[in-house]
Amino acid sequence: MEPLTWTGSLSFLNLFFGLAVGIFAVMVVVQIITSLFAKEQTIHIRSDGTAATSAGIGGLISFAVKVTFVAILAIVMIYLLAGVVMGTKAGIFGGMAQQLTPVWVGMVFTFMASIKFKRSLGLYGKLFDSTVGMIGFALVLFWVLAGVMAGVFDMIITHDSLSQASGMKNKLPGTPLRGAEDNEFQWYLLGGDNLARDVFSRLFKGAWTVVLIAPFATIFAFMVGITLGLPAGYYGGRLDTFLSFVANLILAFPVILLFYLLVTPEIVATGIPNYMAAVLFVFPVIFFGVLLNSRYHTQPKVRTPLLIVVLGALAWIYLALISNNGNIISTKEYNIWGLPEFLDFYDMDPSILVVFVSVVFVNAPTVFRIVRGLALDIKTRDYVAAAQTRGEGPWYIMLWEILPNARGPLIVDFCLRIGYTTILLGTLGFFGLGLESESPDWGTTINTGRTLIRAYVHPLLPPAVSLLTLVLGLNLLADGLREESLRD
Amino acid sequence: MGTFIIRRLGQMLLTALCLTFIVFFMTNLTPNLEKLAKTQGNFRMSDEAVNSWLSDRGYLAPLPYKFGQWVGVVPGWTNEKTDNDGQTIVTGRCFLAATPVEDRARFCGVLQGFWGYSSVFKTDVDALVAKRLSATGKLMGFVLLLMVPMALIVGILAGMREGSNLDRTLSTFSIASTATPEYVSGVIFIALLASSKFGISPILADWGWIDTKTLFLGSAKKAVDDATFRNFFLPVLTISLYGMGYIARMTRASMAEVMTAQYIRTARLKGVSFRNVVMKHALRNALIAPFTVIMLQVPWLLNGVVIVEYLFAYDGFGRLLVEAARGNDIELLMAISVVSVILVLLTQLISDIGYVFLNPRIRIS
Repeated sequence: MEPLTWTGSLSFLNLFFGLAVGIFAVMVVVQIITSLFAKEQTIHIRSDGTAATSAGIGGLISFAVKVTFVAILAIVMIYLLAGVVMGTKAGIFGGMAQQLTPVWVGMVFTFMASIKFKRSLGLYGKLFDSTVGMIGFALVLFWVLAGVMAGVFDMIITHDSLSQASGMKNKLPGTPLRGAEDNEFQWYLLGGDNLARDVFSRLFKGAWTVVLIAPFATIFAFMVGITLGLPAGYYGGRLDTFLSFVANLILAFPVILLFYLLVTPEIVATGIPNYMAAVLFVFPVIFFGVLLNSRYHTQPKVRTPLLIVVLGALAWIYLALISNNGNIISTKEYNIWGLPEFLDFYDMDPSILVVFVSVVFVNAPTVFRIVRGLALDIKTRDYVAAAQTRGEGPWYIMLWEILPNARGPLIVDFCLRIGYTTILLGTLGFFGLGLESESPDWGTTINTGRTLIRAYVHPLLPPAVSLLTLVLGLNLLADGLREESLRD
Repeated sequence: MGTFIIRRLGQMLLTALCLTFIVFFMTNLTPNLEKLAKTQGNFRMSDEAVNSWLSDRGYLAPLPYKFGQWVGVVPGWTNEKTDNDGQTIVTGRCFLAATPVEDRARFCGVLQGFWGYSSVFKTDVDALVAKRLSATGKLMGFVLLLMVPMALIVGILAGMREGSNLDRTLSTFSIASTATPEYVSGVIFIALLASSKFGISPILADWGWIDTKTLFLGSAKKAVDDATFRNFFLPVLTISLYGMGYIARMTRASMAEVMTAQYIRTARLKGVSFRNVVMKHALRNALIAPFTVIMLQVPWLLNGVVIVEYLFAYDGFGRLLVEAARGNDIELLMAISVVSVILVLLTQLISDIGYVFLNPRIRIS
């Protein structure tokens, strides 16, 4: 079988695509240079009294930029749509587009539904008013859908992410799989890595690791930061001094030194990550307990059953998360007994646990500082004074008056922080810490590909570019959200 | 101002002490000590051999006592041993067996200026750290030289006319640069510019534009002693790019805010040209905020330095950190954490003081 080219039978389009990209790049540069020297737009008053700006050379250039940009988008859409229909006949891109069909369907569906109902969707709906926000959301949505579909449902991927095929070591993108069965996918779309595994499948399996860990780690970091930052900002005094000192202490550590101290097999053997998990994971339980109690403590009839149900469920999840094989901590010398095995519905992989805990630990102090600053600012507002006069308790004021009013900056920071967490996860993988060396996650793949970088770049560039696009998407999303939330 | 600095210095000392204690605690955990014994002695040591190796070298003393020795407030450990000939050999933390008895110091810690001995590099820690720090200083210096002007120019140009095409292009560029961590941009640069099979180097070599196989070198090993544009530019660019976006965005925000201020409008209405408004009225006021950001960015750069030195095989402080951490080199790691915590806290202090000096509206009482 012939090796695939990048665009297959659509290759006649490449010339137009190259032209469009070239003209676009030149025009953007020209636009930047002219805008430095060109005069400001002149405004002249027409005879009917309306004002008009003359387009001039600047207007012409910006028109050219727009046209070429639309042309580029159109050609990319042709590549994609033709790829979905023609598959590998349209080359590697076509093959990939076809494999990703469920993702495209999901994206189109989400976008159509969101734009239709955007007026009734609050801040999320407003996102679809800003171009930047939409681009960011599209990138994030792509990776989330791709990660979930590849990781949970085994869609998208063409081969097993761990199986090695003979003769496929370091083969270039589009190489046909040697001795492939009829029911197997016939090519390695993005080539093979140094252990003859399929780069394309590993890329999307790795997306799942990132999409799974990064948001959850960020949520836990926010729980810790909010639960500690609100009282620190609201009460001030000694509590604030102490908590701020601890936060600054953790922030003064170089992150990589901290990772090297926390994420080694020796440290895992001492059980320290399990202790940290036991401490850090308890914060959501405290948060929701206090949240509900402060709201409903005046109505014991509602409060008591509600708290029993919610706290019971959370405590169960908490114990299930921190205990493995019936023990919370198990080292060579001693064990601390935890949830018995028949109740333990989820065993966290120890290598994921240690990565998770250290990422939460690194992120929590920054969130703490942000929340503390917001609380310091908001506690001087009139509605807080009003609540105090009403005789509301301090926790009610913190969680039901201050927190909802701090949500704008917190949501924006949440998006940015998921991106930063993704970068941290990649850093861990890049230094070979935490996850196993065969793990398909992007950081680890970049680390293994790094050794052969001068000779083979194809196993290395896909995860690098993927990480870049995901983090870029999250940053653009945060930017869009910030703009839209400021507009209120 | 004086009391402010003294209070901050006291806080710094306390932070440094706590932080080094944490590092000391983590590196002195039993599994880590066992690993140290096995890498230094041999890998097939029995448990008893490991124990005696450790106790001979004072590693099994209680933790606060050991930490006191490192600081220099507790006498260093000594160990007497009888060898096969019946002679007693005394070894200790502060001296070798060959040192004459009267020259043997009782205390030797950081307070006495003794930073210890690196078990990975088999040399004195202070000389090693100083040498590596100077190499990293060179890298950081070039990074600042490239990053700060680039970031300020991008930020000022973008913030000068908010919402213009130029602003949008440059803002997109700075967002993209903050979204590209060093290990991503580094490998992309190596792949595109320093690979003899991929990217632009083979094309340029074909055309005869470059004499060498690649445009840039993917390894900066030689740059420690002899830095050239070819072997040093990629690491510098990689670090600068990630740090740049953030400073540029801060500068842009600050510039955009200044440009809407009343005095700028007054100047415009007086008939001052746009160029002069930007250069003479806006620029100085817009640069106060970025100054603090740049100072606070320095410790942040340290992370980038570790990644880039590791990626480009540049023998600096960052690579030292990685190697020390991998070999659980306790005294080296302690020195590294002292240096980095001082760097972090000092830049915070400078940024606070600088902010006060630059901005007359702020007074610290």
